[in-house]
Amino acid sequence: MNPASPALPIAAPHAATGAGVARSMLWVCAALAPATLFGFWLYGWPALHLWWITIAFALLGEALCLRLMGRAALPVLGDGSALLTGWLLALSLPPWAPWWIGAGGGLFATVIAKQVFGGLGQNLFNPAMVARVALLISFPVPMTLWTVPLPLGATAAPGFIDGLRITLGGLPAALDAMASASVLGHAKTELARGVDLLHAFAVPSAPTFGLDGVRAGSLGEAASLLIAAGGALLLALRIISWHIPAAMLAAIALPAAILHAVDPARYLDVGTHLLAGGTMLGAFFIATDYVTSPNTRGGQLLFGAGVGALSFVIRSWGGYPEGVAFAVLLMNALVPVIDRYFKPRIHGRDRRGRPLDIAGGDGS
Amino acid sequence: MGLLERFFAPRHPAWGVHPDDRKRPAADAPLRRLPLPERLYVPLQQHVGGAARPVVLAGQKVRKGDLLAEAQGNISAPVHAPTSGRVLAIGEVTAPHPSGLAQIAITLASDGEDRWGERDPVADPFALAPEEIARRTAAAGVVGLGGATFPAAVKFNLGRRLKVRTLIVNGGECEPYLSADDMLMRERAAEVVDGLRIVMHAIGAGNALVGIEANKPQAIAAMRAAAAPCGDVAIRVVPARYPMGSDRQLIETLTGLEVPADARAAEVGVLVHNVSTCAAVHRALRRGEALVERILTVNGGAVRAPGNLLAPVGARVADLLAFTGLHGEPARLILGGPMMGSVLPHANVPLVKGASGILAFDAAEAAVPAAGPCIRCGSCTRACPMGLLPLEMAARIRAGELAAAVDFGLSDCISCGCCAWVCPAHIPLVQYFSHARGELAAGERARLRNAATRRLVEQRSERLAREAREKAAAAAKRKAERDAAKARAAAVTRAADAAAAPLAEATP
Repeated sequence: MNPASPALPIAAPHAATGAGVARSMLWVCAALAPATLFGFWLYGWPALHLWWITIAFALLGEALCLRLMGRAALPVLGDGSALLTGWLLALSLPPWAPWWIGAGGGLFATVIAKQVFGGLGQNLFNPAMVARVALLISFPVPMTLWTVPLPLGATAAPGFIDGLRITLGGLPAALDAMASASVLGHAKTELARGVDLLHAFAVPSAPTFGLDGVRAGSLGEAASLLIAAGGALLLALRIISWHIPAAMLAAIALPAAILHAVDPARYLDVGTHLLAGGTMLGAFFIATDYVTSPNTRGGQLLFGAGVGALSFVIRSWGGYPEGVAFAVLLMNALVPVIDRYFKPRIHGRDRRGRPLDIAGGDGS
Repeated sequence: MGLLERFFAPRHPAWGVHPDDRKRPAADAPLRRLPLPERLYVPLQQHVGGAARPVVLAGQKVRKGDLLAEAQGNISAPVHAPTSGRVLAIGEVTAPHPSGLAQIAITLASDGEDRWGERDPVADPFALAPEEIARRTAAAGVVGLGGATFPAAVKFNLGRRLKVRTLIVNGGECEPYLSADDMLMRERAAEVVDGLRIVMHAIGAGNALVGIEANKPQAIAAMRAAAAPCGDVAIRVVPARYPMGSDRQLIETLTGLEVPADARAAEVGVLVHNVSTCAAVHRALRRGEALVERILTVNGGAVRAPGNLLAPVGARVADLLAFTGLHGEPARLILGGPMMGSVLPHANVPLVKGASGILAFDAAEAAVPAAGPCIRCGSCTRACPMGLLPLEMAARIRAGELAAAVDFGLSDCISCGCCAWVCPAHIPLVQYFSHARGELAAGERARLRNAATRRLVEQRSERLAREAREKAAAAAKRKAERDAAKARAAAVTRAADAAAAPLAEATP
């Protein structure tokens, strides 16, 4: 059924663009690098160890599946997609999480969420987010245990070996004091306790939240401005388009602005919504995943807006402090439906696919 | 370009791709004439429609421009002798087609004199009736030289019948590597402009728009100078964007008109002809010359001296490449441009009227990147000039769901190759679509065959039933006649008996 192999070049064109899948994937990784490096500095060696363990197991899972299918693993690993999946997952984990969180997540992402669906291009859901949600539901405690920033070079910061020990052996009791809530988590627990936001953030134990990104959170959460800068790079390179990020950010910012103006004691402000949690990472790197987003501009706007709105709803009224991952997965499920209704108009036809009227073309 | 013109310049289109055009240095090399080959192989089928029927015999002497084979059927075109000489044979040669199948061609041995036969030039074509222009264009064997090779005169008559207002002249030449139309406009702008004005007269168009891509400044200047005295001919610079040379895209860029999916351009009041076709019409009318030679580009990494050649129809590709020289064996030979051209099986095939270029690719140019899985990046949808979803169509075709692919617009695909060119996974999308169309056509043929078979079977059983009915009716009739005869006979007997009875009674 498949047409002749590409070794028999029967059909035109006899030329091709220089662009390739691996090139795009590696650019995306490059765009993540500044924020990742900042995260390493901010959270120290354990973060670095968790990062490479997650990526290694994501690659391992991919290679294992390819091996089971009897296919050569190296060319597929070379496309960079498993690397990117592992990287994105690592950025969404608590930086001092134990190694098995990263390892299990990495394996789950490429084996269950990607290769089981048929590999690159076939998965309905974003593999990194599937893995993150699976971990969050299965292991809620380590997945919500954030640490205060402890930059490399600080006296209390663990060294390379200590960092490895933390990652492999878990958080030592002595360092339990390092635990801190993220901004969104703090807001959610305080509201649940009946403390309004005005008071919740007035106490000295409240997590700090500055534009410099020095705060508790995942690697991809702290440096949200660097993440946004990476996103700007991808926009400039035309690897992603503005439609999904803009729609998603607008759909978070708009209700946040309105509700915060109405009731600041109950709703976080726009800045917190945009810069905390996975908003920036989600808007520029997760929701824009080619495979799991719509392929027309109109569909992308709707998809982005859906992710943003659902994130806001889950954050404000849901049981979890952060909702970007859930929102992405929910909208992923709608992509086939969106693609069905958002199709470009075919030249010479109307939106419904009927040929244009000849009289309608009479315009000289 | 003046400010005003810049303001009114056609908007940069959202569709298409911008491949590296690689037209230079070939485009800048001077036009060269191919030395006359000793033998020419003139195929009978160089156009869309019925093949021409030979009117010469082997051994016959012909002069340049003499009719070799006449048009056959409504849509067809004659072929003429590209030089003077003797007809050697009428037989099979390899067709310039990827299949490498044979096709009938007339082999001509050149006498080296290249002497024209009788020509019938027209001093003032504008004094002729449009029908006469169409007749002469048809007799000169002029077909669309942009690549479609549709007989030009048939299009003239269509244009006149549908009352076309505007003639669109295609000087886009958007295919990379090719510069034959560019060369023609630079060298023979006056011929192109005169030819297009003759075409306007033939179709009754009130004005003409010549679309030339912005990457041909010399051609634009030459055409502007040639068209300056004609108020009804406008030279328009269009953005260099592939596939600007496609009818629908050029019409929309120049006029804003969108040709409905099931309609021809003439139905919205425009008709497209290529600049080379217009020049051929000029020669057919003003000089009485049949279409026996053309300008074409020989280009590609394997060509030693790439450039534009003036070559006779029927010259072998090998003759062209021998003239330009090669760096080693070419890795791939292509007839036409790299985006839509077809692969040639070897260089021993004849040049046809529609050949705008011969490309000899070196190994680097011919390298086919390995295809990977679709990552749904949507590059193909943004590149498609028809607004289709190539990725969805390919996914359906891969799954064998051809009807679903048609729902996604398979039948609207113009095979321009933008999607496959831009695909980062290097999926041969056009090949998928060609394959699907082949399958659909085969399915349609099978359906028609089945319908025909069913009809025959029905007719047969109907005939058998009718025959049986008739037989039965005839038998019944015969029986009835027999019965009637019997009855009559009986009646006669009875009557005779009755007549005899009184006698009997009377004769006791």
